[in-house]
Amino acid sequence: MKLIKVEHAYKIYKNGTTAVADLSVSIDKGEFVFVIGSTGSGKSTFIKMLYREEKPTKGSVIVGGIDVARLRNSKVYKLRRKLGVVFQDFKLLPKLTVYENVAFALETLGLPSDEIRPKVLRAIEAVGLKEKTRNLPSELSGGEQQRVAIARAIVNDPKLLICDEPTGNLDPDTSKGIMKILDKINKELGTTIIMATHDKDLVNQMKKRVLVIENGVLASDTKKGSYKVHESVKNSN
Amino acid sequence: MKALRILTRSIRDSFKSVFRNFSLSIASIACTTITLILVAISLFLSYNVQQVTKDLEHELTIVVYLNKDVTDEQKTEIENDLKTMENVDSYELKSKDEWKAEMKDEDESLENALDIFEENPLLDSIIVTVKDVKDLSETAEKLRKYDFVNSAEYGEGMVENVIGIFDAISFGTFAIVIALVLVTAFLISNTIKLTIFSRRTEIEIMRLVGASNTAIKLPFVFEGFILGVLGSILPILLSIYGYVFLYNQTGGYVFTQIITLVKPFPFVLFVCLCLVVIGSLVGMLGSWRAVRKYLKI
Repeated sequence: MKLIKVEHAYKIYKNGTTAVADLSVSIDKGEFVFVIGSTGSGKSTFIKMLYREEKPTKGSVIVGGIDVARLRNSKVYKLRRKLGVVFQDFKLLPKLTVYENVAFALETLGLPSDEIRPKVLRAIEAVGLKEKTRNLPSELSGGEQQRVAIARAIVNDPKLLICDEPTGNLDPDTSKGIMKILDKINKELGTTIIMATHDKDLVNQMKKRVLVIENGVLASDTKKGSYKVHESVKNSN
Repeated sequence: MKALRILTRSIRDSFKSVFRNFSLSIASIACTTITLILVAISLFLSYNVQQVTKDLEHELTIVVYLNKDVTDEQKTEIENDLKTMENVDSYELKSKDEWKAEMKDEDESLENALDIFEENPLLDSIIVTVKDVKDLSETAEKLRKYDFVNSAEYGEGMVENVIGIFDAISFGTFAIVIALVLVTAFLISNTIKLTIFSRRTEIEIMRLVGASNTAIKLPFVFEGFILGVLGSILPILLSIYGYVFLYNQTGGYVFTQIITLVKPFPFVLFVCLCLVVIGSLVGMLGSWRAVRKYLKI
């Protein structure tokens, strides 16, 4: 069953730059997909269109049954509640503890506190930070901070988890740890994961579906692909 | 219930934010306080001026003196006309004998002087109270047109000047209040803008996790409201104690017995209510402006 369906999507900025051109792709529920491409390839724009940070200029982007192109600004929250987003820079609130950072997502949505607590503890446990619920982000390592960000993204049981270069700031070993967690979330919770990355080793190791975006177009789409595909595409160009 | 939880959370966050950005909050509160003190002064001034004008209006009358040879028919004619004249509130006929009796009561020497004359030298008259003092001269002019009217007097010149000054004071204070309110709204808007800037990560996360626009905006609007209300505390205290003190010191009269001060209660409470309402509205409007301008969601 399709969770994401992108058809002939374009993103042309006001200054005339075409970031995404005629991109069509569909992603099933429960898939783990890497999106790779060089800097300025349009990979980030594509990712941003999925959570409606960018609006497609033309074409359709349907995420979980919601047409992103037609979604009014005031209704964007309806889409965001169906997905979780993780960034390279973690985006944690420095004055809040691990627990409070994760709970923040649910408090914002107006959930009652007796519902919040078990959900937050479950999410923190899923990323292996049970012992650090009372620590502030400044007392955590980079990898741990990213795990808190992942816990916050999955606390509301989203169907889709979008990760925009989540290992960009981390060393290889820590990155592997993050990938293990993401893989576990994908397999155990059935959450669809889309991850933009530059990390060649991670892509090669995971053997997941790989979308290569170059110059705003989908250059290749391979099941159990690797970063090599990306390089071969570049060479053929 | 969910809406109530979001509301409670917004209020809690707005209080937190006021104290978290304490120096900025103090600046806004101080500005609101100064503005509201001036607003209070303007309110006290304009209301008292209005009251004095009203009192004057009640006391101001046109005295229409009728010719000596005026007939009863002519009196009936002018009486009928007075009943239909737009600006006439009421009128009272006063015969020359009534005048004479009144004058005699006031002064003994006048009694002797009036007794010299065989016939009463005074004139029959009509005392006319008008609805709007601004049209006093116009009404007097109309009454002078009758052949049998000797004169119509009301203290020309002085009345127009006094009313003109009072009008200018009322308009001037009103204009100052409006200008100050706008300046305060702008300053509160700036404070909220900085709050938004300092909380941009929080706002970004709220947007990402799917908080509705209302849930994001509400804490800022409440913050403006709180700043406005806190800014109105000192002006309220000053209004209550200051006005009561002034009233007690002057005994309710300024310069002359004609200009009386409005009694402190419930007037002061009304002014205080105005200050809280203006303070909170200005706070909310200021923050709403900032939210709309800098929080493009």
